[in-house]
Amino acid sequence: MSAGVGVDLESLWIRFGDFVAVRDANVHINGGDFFSFLGPSGCGKTTILRAVSGFLEPSEGNVLIGGRNMKGIGPNKRPTALIFQNLALFPLMKVWENIAFSMEINGASAAERRKRADELLDMIALPGQGDKLPSELSGGQRQRVAIARALCAEPDVLLLDEPLSALDLKLRQHMRTELREIQKRVGITFIYITHDQGEALTMSDNIAVMREGIIDQIGDGKAIYNDPATAFAASFVGENNVFRGKIKRISGDEALVATNRSGDLVARISTANQGKMKEGDDAMMFIRPEAFAIASKGAKGDHFVTAKVNHEEFEGNSFNIFMEGGGGKELKVTIPNLGQSFKDHTGQSLTLEYEIKNSVVVPAGELAAE
Amino acid sequence: MKNLSFLRLSVWFYLAIFFAYLLGPLIIMSATAFNSPDFPRITPWECLTFEWFSALFQDERILNGIKNSVIIGFGTVVLSVAMGLAGALLLTQIWPKLRATYYTIIIAPILIPGVVLGISTLVFWDRINRMLGLGADSFLSNGLFLTIIGQSTFIASYCMLVLVARLQRYDVALTEAALDLGATHAQAFRKVLLPFMRPALASAAVLAFLASFENYNTTTFTFGEYPTLTIELAQKVRYGITPAISALAFIIVVLTVFAALANEAKIKRQQLVLAARQNASIEELKQGIKLPGFLSGNAAAVALVLVSIATVVVVVTATTHSPAQCIADVKEQKRIEAEKLIQELRAKRDANRAKEDNKEDVQQAPKSENNSGFGNVFDPNALSTDN
Repeated sequence: MSAGVGVDLESLWIRFGDFVAVRDANVHINGGDFFSFLGPSGCGKTTILRAVSGFLEPSEGNVLIGGRNMKGIGPNKRPTALIFQNLALFPLMKVWENIAFSMEINGASAAERRKRADELLDMIALPGQGDKLPSELSGGQRQRVAIARALCAEPDVLLLDEPLSALDLKLRQHMRTELREIQKRVGITFIYITHDQGEALTMSDNIAVMREGIIDQIGDGKAIYNDPATAFAASFVGENNVFRGKIKRISGDEALVATNRSGDLVARISTANQGKMKEGDDAMMFIRPEAFAIASKGAKGDHFVTAKVNHEEFEGNSFNIFMEGGGGKELKVTIPNLGQSFKDHTGQSLTLEYEIKNSVVVPAGELAAE
Repeated sequence: MKNLSFLRLSVWFYLAIFFAYLLGPLIIMSATAFNSPDFPRITPWECLTFEWFSALFQDERILNGIKNSVIIGFGTVVLSVAMGLAGALLLTQIWPKLRATYYTIIIAPILIPGVVLGISTLVFWDRINRMLGLGADSFLSNGLFLTIIGQSTFIASYCMLVLVARLQRYDVALTEAALDLGATHAQAFRKVLLPFMRPALASAAVLAFLASFENYNTTTFTFGEYPTLTIELAQKVRYGITPAISALAFIIVVLTVFAALANEAKIKRQQLVLAARQNASIEELKQGIKLPGFLSGNAAAVALVLVSIATVVVVVTATTHSPAQCIADVKEQKRIEAEKLIQELRAKRDANRAKEDNKEDVQQAPKSENNSGFGNVFDPNALSTDN
């Protein structure tokens, strides 16, 4: 399988009247990558997808597919195939006719189309279902038919617009694995739009985190999760405890933050911000719930947090402890359930410890809405 | 309980009145087509006859009217469905701020009286005709052309309303999907949008045809040398109508009922097939779907078959039934009645003139024997209702 065709967005601006949907997006997507745009609804990620597929002309900047500028090229001439949020299967055509629609456009004979459709039906594990109507399939099956229809057009880039959002949880998780497998099998570039960080993290080679038309960070799942570049990325991807404060001292890539409520704490400055922050800056410090461990009582230092336990809950694979105080309004700690005896701390004061490499400091900024 | 049954009773009563109001005139008119008197009526019932149907099919003007109506109907269907579809598509594409204004303009022809549309069509195309320097026998002053154009001005609006309703349920993503898969705009229109619109297009076509067929107001100005059925009927009514028109009405009613039932039966059947497909397992689907019997659970299909049988029976009866005997009987009756009346008058006169003369009674005796089978038709009151 070839390396696939890459996609580049060069200083892309998209405006609707006065509203700026996409602001100066610069993205390089490697050929054969599974690339996700992750962001809350209304952040402009679907707009980017429509610009790549050709339904929308950018106000400024360029979309390059395989190095070729796509300016003025219509959606039917681009080497892309889009999987719509509602799938947009043709309701009056049978499943096999849906799948082979792109061949019908090219004037292929019915026998050829049928043969190719049956091959694709085998690939998506729906053999023998070609004569049904889309309405007779289940949600997950329709999903796979939409993928087969897009793949039948043999695109260089497959664009997926939140295709799993209409499915129930079980099916969604199953389809994640399946999508990833299909992508590996066909080896073409997938551009995936989602607001679900779980989907983005599990499937993607690389992720772009978007907020209000701005791309905050681009990186692989681990980088996004462990080394967020902005407060938004830190709070949007996964759960996080936020400590607001000011930077007191910087030494190397570590910063001592004077937090508003939890005293002075040390944390690592996120890679993207190293060398850009200085003493006295407003900063936000993030520590993941699972990065905490319960420390011995009364331990003091710049990587200990003490707070009062509000309530606790047992989640099966973990215990969640919710504490008052801390940097934010509430502090969440997740202790994995390893079969240890776990006594209820409700009402008590508890000291927590974290490793500095598991904490991160970014400039103060907008947090993701709950 | 009492209240409830009263309520139910009044609902049934209301329904009976409602349907009597709706269908009563049609039923009575249909019945008059089978009665022998020269004027359409059902009382007194004289003889079952089918002669009005043959009279109808021998009436050149009626037949010509039907022919013209059908030609104009088809022309109007083509023109107004096409214009309606274009209008509906534009309505979904147009700049939202203009939409309300556009809608008002395009709906306006429905609100304008048909007479006005007829006159304006005539005047407008006459101007065009003269501007182009064409004669009075040119294409633009042709009755068929003018009528089709004139009717389409407002029938296209009806079609648009029907089509817009369907178009509003269309997912634009389907067109985008087709484009994305490489289709041109024309291909996307033909392969995706048009099949989706097909049921609405059929409805609009039927509506357009019916609206064209029954139109009088507009057509009366534009028909020229091509009078439609409604024009012919209106002209006939001026000189008095015969039951042949009832026969035509009956045929139209039967055709309508037939078409409606056939459509209903088809829809019901599709639903049954769909239900069967959804219940069937993959194995069953592979072996081909077991279609439910055409009639099972399909009331409309049963009714359709009954109507068909009734039609066949009527046609067979019509070919074998000869009302000649009955008509002769009725004539004979009328003759006898007249004679009886004359005789009665004569008897009265004779009685007045010479009461002692009894020989007349002997002559009357055989007559009264003859008449014994006719009940009270000789009652003088009965005579006054006839003739």
